[in-house]
Amino acid sequence: MKIQTIESKTVVIPIENIDTDQIIPARYLKTTSMEGLGDALFFDWRYNADGTPKPDFPLNQPGAAGAQILVAGDNFGCGSSREHAPWALTQFGIRAVISTSFADIFRGNSLKNGLLPVVVPPDVHAELLRWPGMPVKIDLATQTVTLPGGRTVEFPIDSFSKSCLLNGVDELGYMLQQEPAIAAYEAKRVGSINTLAGSTRP
Amino acid sequence: MNTNGAASKPRTIVDKIWDSHVVAQQPDSPALIFIDLHLCHEVTSPQAFSTLRKRGLKVRRPDLTVATMDHSTPTTSRDLPILDPIGAAQIAQMETNCAEFGVRLYNRMSDHQGIVHVIGPEQGLTQPGMTIVCGDSHTATHGAFGALAFGIGTSQVGHVLASQCLLQTPSKPYEIRVDGQLRPGVSAKDIILAIIAKIGIGGGTGCVFEYTGSAIRALSMEERMTICNMSIEGGARAGLVAPDDTTYQYLSGREFAPKGSEWDASVARWRQLPTDEGATYARQLIFDAGTLEPMVTFGTNPGMGISISDAIPTPSSVTDPIERSDLEKALKYMALEPGKPLAGHPVDVVFIGSCTNSRISDLRAAAAVMKGRKVNPKVRMLVVPGSQQVRKQAIQEGLDEIFRAAGAEFREAGCSMCLAMNGDQLEPGQYSVSTSNRNFEGRQGKGGRTFLASPLTAAASAIAGAVADPRTLS
Repeated sequence: MKIQTIESKTVVIPIENIDTDQIIPARYLKTTSMEGLGDALFFDWRYNADGTPKPDFPLNQPGAAGAQILVAGDNFGCGSSREHAPWALTQFGIRAVISTSFADIFRGNSLKNGLLPVVVPPDVHAELLRWPGMPVKIDLATQTVTLPGGRTVEFPIDSFSKSCLLNGVDELGYMLQQEPAIAAYEAKRVGSINTLAGSTRP
Repeated sequence: MNTNGAASKPRTIVDKIWDSHVVAQQPDSPALIFIDLHLCHEVTSPQAFSTLRKRGLKVRRPDLTVATMDHSTPTTSRDLPILDPIGAAQIAQMETNCAEFGVRLYNRMSDHQGIVHVIGPEQGLTQPGMTIVCGDSHTATHGAFGALAFGIGTSQVGHVLASQCLLQTPSKPYEIRVDGQLRPGVSAKDIILAIIAKIGIGGGTGCVFEYTGSAIRALSMEERMTICNMSIEGGARAGLVAPDDTTYQYLSGREFAPKGSEWDASVARWRQLPTDEGATYARQLIFDAGTLEPMVTFGTNPGMGISISDAIPTPSSVTDPIERSDLEKALKYMALEPGKPLAGHPVDVVFIGSCTNSRISDLRAAAAVMKGRKVNPKVRMLVVPGSQQVRKQAIQEGLDEIFRAAGAEFREAGCSMCLAMNGDQLEPGQYSVSTSNRNFEGRQGKGGRTFLASPLTAAASAIAGAVADPRTLS
């Protein structure tokens, strides 16, 4: 799940507050696997009731094929904490989403799955919205987005997530290396429940 | 927990909980924070258990982990088999995972099964000052007890299972002060819907809400849970209320609450939690609950809410072009006419339930409206208790009989029609008045249309067969 640079045309969904129920409807969350979710991406926006694609939905337009960068409206990924949302996006082939802001849980989930949430200033966002299919270059090391005319803007990312994505760091492995600190904390911790005790049997 | 010496900087309750849970802090990294309680359900945990299995890891603290089944779980009679094979497989996997990893599970047949955010508080698992996580965005519910509680993704569910910790950066404290006295027919649900309508669904991004003020202090624990529950609908991962005597009275004597001298010591610690005089918030909103009317949403996100006597907004009055097109899109999906009142709009289904409004006080409020009345014959009404314990209590009080006599369904516990994973769902084009938390397109079933409201408004609407103001019923 390393990311260095992403160079791709964009696909644009010019809607604000796209929630995770739209990204992947709840009925596709009954799986116990992480696989096969790309087909469910934006299912109810992508398909008619009879299963045929809706021709006017951006992902169904011929120019969208192969796009790795999704440009969407403000507050992308709001709602449920389902990590199935970034799984569905990455399995469909999306590697970065550009917006003016992201919901907190979605942003965190994306960074753990090699999906880059990129926040750009409103004027750049407006230009990207206006020209679907624009070829864009995202460089994680320099934290920059470059538009076709050469205009380059920086985007924010915390240094830890950046380094994890650039170097393919295994976050859980990093956490488990801190075992001595965890054990020390547990030793001095006060006030606790014990869910395995208690008078009521399940 | 750090004591607050004279020289130390005044802190918010969020700062205090954060400070006392930092396990390690490497430079240029998020803090490693300890998690006191990890709640799991069948939908967002299977892939996390698979990760543990693949890597040969154990659940580090099964004693701080509790699992239940709620999302995919049918709310039909427990004697009936689960008809959906995929849902059944997910539920079976939860049994397997909890047995294999030694996690306490309240399964579908347990007397303590229920919505994860209902059973935690009801069993006294949820306590002030704790860090609580769950693979569910409505985990903020537990913030009602003065806990820092927030939703996480499945990767992080795996992190907590394996290490009992999370890598986190602190969120900004955002005070939402609610003063004034609620008028009759107006409830906690109306407060939070009004707050979200005011700040918008992204208004709290990057923040933790602390709800303060006299109106919040006057609320019961169950009402505070309703408010905290929908913090995420205002964009905040967590929302909390500082603990007080209302909190301690609710918690005292519950199964997992501390007992005896341990109780006294705990209360003494918890009394140190409230935000210090002089502590500063990154943001603040002051809100008067005294002028509120019952709220109802008209659109396709929880921020699209209005007072029940207001008209549906008109896109032409919105200046921002994207906002205008989003409003047009929402009204088109909802098939509503701008400028018209929402009250009186016909409804097909009324749903009383979800982690927002499925507790005993919610059922009592709805039953008080339903008593001696009939559900409109055009309406299907579902009453879905949040837990088996709520269900049992409702039966003891005869509320089930009131609902059944009115023509409503009184079902088993679970998330049900809040997110329509378990077969309880709207048909395309149907309208519901729902006490749940989200009105996103298709949330309650593909093509379904949701009006979010309080239990009082929902019950009044079931009788009227249309969106109704509960204050108009005698």
